Amino acid sequence: MIKLNNRDCEWHEGLTVEELLRLKNYTYPRIVVSVNAVIVPEEAYASTVIEDGDKVEAIHLMAGG
Amino acid sequence: MEKLEHKFLKEYNYELGAVDKGYTNRTLYINVGTHEIKEKPVTSLMKDKFIGGKGFGLYYLWQAVTESTKWDDPENEIIISSGPIGGITQYPGSGKSLVVTLSPLTNMPIDSNAGGYFGPFLKFAGFDALELQGKAEKDVLIFIDGTKGTITIEEMPGGGVDTHILGEQLTEKYADNEEDKRNIAVISTGTAAEHTNIGLLNFTFYDVRRKGIRLKQAGRGGIGTVFRDKHIKALVIKCAGVKGDLNHPVDKLTLNKTGIKLHKEMHDLDNSQNQMRKIGTANIISIMDQYDLLPTHNYKFGAHKDTFKISPEVFISKVTQNSPDGCWHGCSMACAKAADHFELKTGPYKGQKVTIDGPEYENAAGLGSNCGIFDPDVILELNFYCDTYGIDTISYATLTAFVMECYENGILNKERTGGLELNFGNIEANFELIHQMAKGEGFGKIAGLGIRKMKEIFAKEYGADPQFLFDIGMEQKGLEFSEYLPKESLAQQGGYGLTNKGPQHDEAWLIFMDMVNNQIPTFEDKAEALHYYPMFRTWFGLNGLCKLPWNDIAPADNKLTDEPAKIPEHVQNYVDIFNAVTGKTIDKFELIRQSERVYNFQRIFNIRMGFGKRIHDKLPYRAMGPVTVEEYQSREERYDQQLKELLGYDTTGKTTEEKIKVLREYREDQYEKLTDAVYKRRGWTMDGVPTVEKLRELGMDLPELLEVVEKHR
Ligand code: SF4
Repeated sequence: MIKLNNRDCEWHEGLTVEELLRLKNYTYPRIVVSVNAVIVPEEAYASTVIEDGDKVEAIHLMAGG
Repeated sequence: MEKLEHKFLKEYNYELGAVDKGYTNRTLYINVGTHEIKEKPVTSLMKDKFIGGKGFGLYYLWQAVTESTKWDDPENEIIISSGPIGGITQYPGSGKSLVVTLSPLTNMPIDSNAGGYFGPFLKFAGFDALELQGKAEKDVLIFIDGTKGTITIEEMPGGGVDTHILGEQLTEKYADNEEDKRNIAVISTGTAAEHTNIGLLNFTFYDVRRKGIRLKQAGRGGIGTVFRDKHIKALVIKCAGVKGDLNHPVDKLTLNKTGIKLHKEMHDLDNSQNQMRKIGTANIISIMDQYDLLPTHNYKFGAHKDTFKISPEVFISKVTQNSPDGCWHGCSMACAKAADHFELKTGPYKGQKVTIDGPEYENAAGLGSNCGIFDPDVILELNFYCDTYGIDTISYATLTAFVMECYENGILNKERTGGLELNFGNIEANFELIHQMAKGEGFGKIAGLGIRKMKEIFAKEYGADPQFLFDIGMEQKGLEFSEYLPKESLAQQGGYGLTNKGPQHDEAWLIFMDMVNNQIPTFEDKAEALHYYPMFRTWFGLNGLCKLPWNDIAPADNKLTDEPAKIPEHVQNYVDIFNAVTGKTIDKFELIRQSERVYNFQRIFNIRMGFGKRIHDKLPYRAMGPVTVEEYQSREERYDQQLKELLGYDTTGKTTEEKIKVLREYREDQYEKLTDAVYKRRGWTMDGVPTVEKLRELGMDLPELLEVVEKHR
């Protein structure tokens, strides 16, 4: 189990940032992802592996309305 | 082109004057019934406590009406005002006009903003605001000639009122030549405003490249209905020689510097951010769908399998590209897109090739998915007719979605609709409905009354269950909801429900911050957001500013700031340009206090008119959760999980009805708790009345306000 935006979220061995965003259907183009408070650049989404217990934030910079 | 006959009823001459630090220090009063025209001084109280724009509108409206005034009484006013920053050309988004009146939908003040050139032209013609009062006997036109210093009231009987024709004719008539057309701005509405409660005002500007007028709308709350009730056909203003320093700002250098910084951001980052310059606000249709937030079938669902047919890419191919479509000079965000040479397929203008302004997100979502329509050309044509007939696309869309659900539930049938088969997705019936509104005929006339009135009629005449109508009728305070699905975001329920004018998202849009990012998890966090954002956004309306350049573009390093959602650098830009124009020295905290003064004034105004208390902040349950079995079952896994996790409720063996009931009790209770927290943060009693202490703290302990709050303590 990991925390995603401070909510419990399923985890499996080898889960990458890219896969997590896909699983959560986070399609919005302007998301700032951090793992344990370290920002992950977009180019590193596929290679960044999330460990069990990690704190992930995927902040959508969505202005809206 | 049809010749327009005018008979002069009154001519008034005035000194042109100049703007000083953003103000002309003078406003204009016109009574269309008595033909009285006078100038009024802008007092320091007005500037200090009400700033301008919507603040001036509310200030004048308060004095014009009593607690028993109705929207169609002659003393109701329509006030149009820009604001001290309005009209600058250095910083994007500085040409808005704010319009205030008593609304036929809500019976209390409504404010709505529009682009187009009227507001800035009014200021440069010599006035910080225009009050329109009275009721003319026959249709009139008002012409303000800001090049000569004359104002005329002219009788203008006969002829059409639909904006795409009238606006063009008046631009032609009052311009000396082609070159002069850019100096003309017209406000008018259309035929449907005469027969419905959802009339809007169209504000024109002349598009020199297209050689035709463009329209921007003050859409919400039925202002166009009031306009026609006063028998005003149009306001025309002429103003020549717009340039950057007409506001006579104290610090032009700062204005230039701040503007250039934002232009650069727009140039460098818009393509990789929101593509406002390509498609405007419609850029978010697919995103809304993917996050289950796109209102579909009267807000039952948040997504639909056919949304791809109305995706931003589809509209990008329909609207003219590479065109600097700013609705005021200097707006490099240029989101006022248009589809050109569109051939109409229905109605009185069938076969005409027209320019259609938009579509904006609200139109695509409302006229489209919310009514089950996924045909982009149909959305564009409905958009066109809403505009030229002078009705608010948002109210039209939301009330049509409501009617469709009533039809599918048997509350309405062919007999009751006069033959219209108003199922979701029925394009033909939808067009017929809008054309009926313009003619004031058939079921269109009933629908045009708005959801609140329809609920009463359907319960009384057709024996429909009032509770069900309340649950699915997406209006609050009498105003139809705008087009976001707030079910899964408690903060956005507050963003809709705990507003002054009704459920329009321009006070707060917190869905992603809340639902997805989980940045405001506690009631206190949400209350803080529901304090800050409505106040911050109110400020645009005091100053003649457009909200979009605040957060539809962000500096590259914004994400690294403490509070990215506020776009801190842009907040500072606003502080800087306000000070640069007015010579005052506000900071970002005083900016919020400026808004708080007007916001609390408006709340008390509502209370004075018999509304604006806790009971009026209640929401239809459709905004909060699943009303029907169909809705629950469509997202069953999500709701079941919430019942288990949040309430420890065992769903095994339970019927959907039982689960709906438990979820409903929980969600309604959450909304009540949120309301408590927000009222507390805003300095209001638990009944939603601003406290005397709060008014004192803001310097708004004016006797007339204290009298109202004392009565309602
Ligand atoms: S951002 Fe769009 S709506 Fe706002 S002022 Fe600019 S062009 Fe007009």
